[in-house]
Amino acid sequence: MDLSLHAVSADEDAKPLLAMRGIVKTFPGVRALDGVDLEVKAGEVHCLLGQNGAGKSTLIKTLAGAHQPDGGEIVWNGERVTLPSPVAALKLGIATMYQELDLIPTLSVAENIFLGHERARYGFTRPAAARAETAKLFERLGHAEISPDEEVGELSAAGQQLVSMARALAHDAKLIVADEPTAALASDEVDNLFRIITELTASGVAVVYISHRLEELRRIGHRVTVIKDGRTVSANLDARESSTSELVDLMAGRKVQTAFREAGAAAVEFGDTVLDVRDLRRDGEFRDVSFSVRAGEIVGLAGLVGAGRSEVLETIFGARGADAGTVSVDGKRLRSGSVAAAVKAGVGLAPEERKSQALLLDMSVTHNVTLASLDDYSTVGFTQRSRETKDSLSTLERLDLRPADPWRLVRTLSGGNQQKAVVARWLVHGCRVLLLDEPTRGVDVGARAELYRLIHELAATGVAIVLVSSEIPEVLGLSDRVLVLREGDVLADRPAAELTEGDVLDMVMEGSAA
Amino acid sequence: MTKALDTPPVASSTASALRRSLRLDVRLLGLLGVLILLCVIGIITRPETFPTQENLSTMLRLAAAIGVVSVGMTFVIIAGGIDLSVGSIVALSSVWMTTLATQSYGPFVMVLCALLVGLGCGLVNGVLISYGKVVAFIMTLAMMVSARGLAERLSDRRTQVVTETGFTEFFRASFLGIPVLVIVLALVFVVGWIVLNRTTFGRRTFAIGGNAEAARLSGINVKRHTALVYGISGLCCGIAAIMVVARTTSGASTNGLFYELDAIAAVVIGGTLLSGGRGSLIGTLIGVLIFTVLRNIFTQNNLDTDIQNIAQGAIIVAAVLLQQTTSRRRKRKPATSEPGPQPTQATGSQS
Repeated sequence: MDLSLHAVSADEDAKPLLAMRGIVKTFPGVRALDGVDLEVKAGEVHCLLGQNGAGKSTLIKTLAGAHQPDGGEIVWNGERVTLPSPVAALKLGIATMYQELDLIPTLSVAENIFLGHERARYGFTRPAAARAETAKLFERLGHAEISPDEEVGELSAAGQQLVSMARALAHDAKLIVADEPTAALASDEVDNLFRIITELTASGVAVVYISHRLEELRRIGHRVTVIKDGRTVSANLDARESSTSELVDLMAGRKVQTAFREAGAAAVEFGDTVLDVRDLRRDGEFRDVSFSVRAGEIVGLAGLVGAGRSEVLETIFGARGADAGTVSVDGKRLRSGSVAAAVKAGVGLAPEERKSQALLLDMSVTHNVTLASLDDYSTVGFTQRSRETKDSLSTLERLDLRPADPWRLVRTLSGGNQQKAVVARWLVHGCRVLLLDEPTRGVDVGARAELYRLIHELAATGVAIVLVSSEIPEVLGLSDRVLVLREGDVLADRPAAELTEGDVLDMVMEGSAA
Repeated sequence: MTKALDTPPVASSTASALRRSLRLDVRLLGLLGVLILLCVIGIITRPETFPTQENLSTMLRLAAAIGVVSVGMTFVIIAGGIDLSVGSIVALSSVWMTTLATQSYGPFVMVLCALLVGLGCGLVNGVLISYGKVVAFIMTLAMMVSARGLAERLSDRRTQVVTETGFTEFFRASFLGIPVLVIVLALVFVVGWIVLNRTTFGRRTFAIGGNAEAARLSGINVKRHTALVYGISGLCCGIAAIMVVARTTSGASTNGLFYELDAIAAVVIGGTLLSGGRGSLIGTLIGVLIFTVLRNIFTQNNLDTDIQNIAQGAIIVAAVLLQQTTSRRRKRKPATSEPGPQPTQATGSQS
């Protein structure tokens, strides 16, 4: 894998503006960056490619001064630098446009642009100066119609993107990091953004460009760096010459097989259809989603974030109302938009945001586990505390949740064990259908393998499972059948064994069909 | 919070349950210490009048109504809400139950009237907050203003004397030497404690205050439950109104003034989180008693009420500061045994 590292390292031109070498960043239980190299020259658009979880976000946060690397060096204009804070990065001229726009919607355009470096004298703000400078910036961006006094929350997504860009320019940035800037834009707005980027690079500004749309890289990119699993697998490829299949292969790397179901065990007999989803639609999110899951079967939903995967799960669960279509469990149609009906029919959801959507962090494991089944654990409204403890303890032991202490506060458990507590809630409830949204997010590698084993065991007991994950190998490795979604459309519904990581990547990346 | 992996799980769970209850006690013991300290000050400064049965009974009678209101307030705050309208609901209930028309039907109708008015106001709060999505602070502020306005209109701003002697005699009596008002407080408290700690309703109240979204995604009807919690608070106000009317033998639109502040203060120093999800009725009760004893000491020593208010404010801040340090310590400890916050970007939140 390391062979390609220095393949295209000959740089005959000027010295690089930025060079990051061997950057390492670890979080408790996760090695997010494991030796990343990135080299950016002045005046180029340098594309950063990688799958979800490859480490792109961590890398740009390191570059923005938001994360401190544990190893490696950053060289800026030939000098070794450290970036202890976002302010330090901005001072050097590194500005970042985050994907989730970090603007304050209730403040005006000018106030947002000069937030943190307000135009002021003796502590008094000088709004007129800020307004004038803002107007000048938007003129430069070719969007003089955006008024400095407008409230940012009133602007369209494209307008907010421009504000973000203007803010980068206001810092006199020499390097702008743009994380999926086109994700929320319509095609004519994309054209305008590309025109601005081209003008900026012509004036010597460098841009680090992150996007999943390979055809965009061809349009504006000069060079490409591909990272996978926290490592640079290929640096400084030519953006226009490299073939799609070459890039996809680099991103996918070799197929990950560890801890997933063995190939031989694939021919499992499934039971009757438990969950049946017909023509489910939510306007603006997804349309015409149809599939069914049999007892013991695991169906995976693959796609990029924003493809509508979580929305499908939440609509099946009734947390969102459907605009059209039906969800049936054991042949009985569920009332749309009613969580209570879904829970009663035996559907359980382990949501994407475990801490904010599923857990009561300051309550005990037992109280979390029995939360959905309180009616079963009470007589005329009084809770049966000893039965609760007994059943939650036996479930904890079944799931190997450690420590198996039913009175421990959930806050003090590790990510993997918190996920087990969520699963335990639906086991105790006796669920027939389990919806798992990113079950391994924030879970370290060892605990992941355990969760994989657990998911298979649950399926073996006849639970129908629908799984969503951003990590394509995980979906392919765990599921019996995979649905591929892109921007709300189901592109494929095939047995997992017939799909490769490259196939799925091809499908989910718009315009990359080779 | 040490791991007990070697011991059998059952033993570790009982040990942990024991630790849990002990930890709760440590916090409450601190409060109890403050209460005892205040009593000692009372005994030292007024040895002949403070520690008498008569004074004790006076104090408890005065604490009774605010105590009942605080029980309801504890439910609301644990569920993540706030109720500013309690004082005004007490006033409205007290006025409505003492109008000439109501009194003409006798004591039972008077009591029923106060309970229904209180419950009704509480449910109006609750329904508009949960189904109408009005922010609790605003909704109960509006109720606070308009309920008192309605009370003034009903009573014409006059004090309505209770002529029904059976009513006043019953509530001003003592049973086994304990004033009936204090017995009512004890009953409300015990029922409240059982509902909060031993029923599914109570568990759901904690769950909604702790994480409303998680409660919703567990199939709990969060809206209906929230409405009912405000109903409970209103009902408590109705009970408190009966107690105030019995004590003063009259109903007036000025009853229950600033009860909301006293009740919130008692709940907060009792260890209930204003953000919801955690709290204790025992703490609330001790909180109410602390303020009552404090007031009694100041009155007995002929001190100005302004100093009393300053002391009351200082106690609130001190109690909250104390709780923050204990909860911080509790949070820091387990951090050593867990991997800590996981970076989401490391596991795929990129696109």
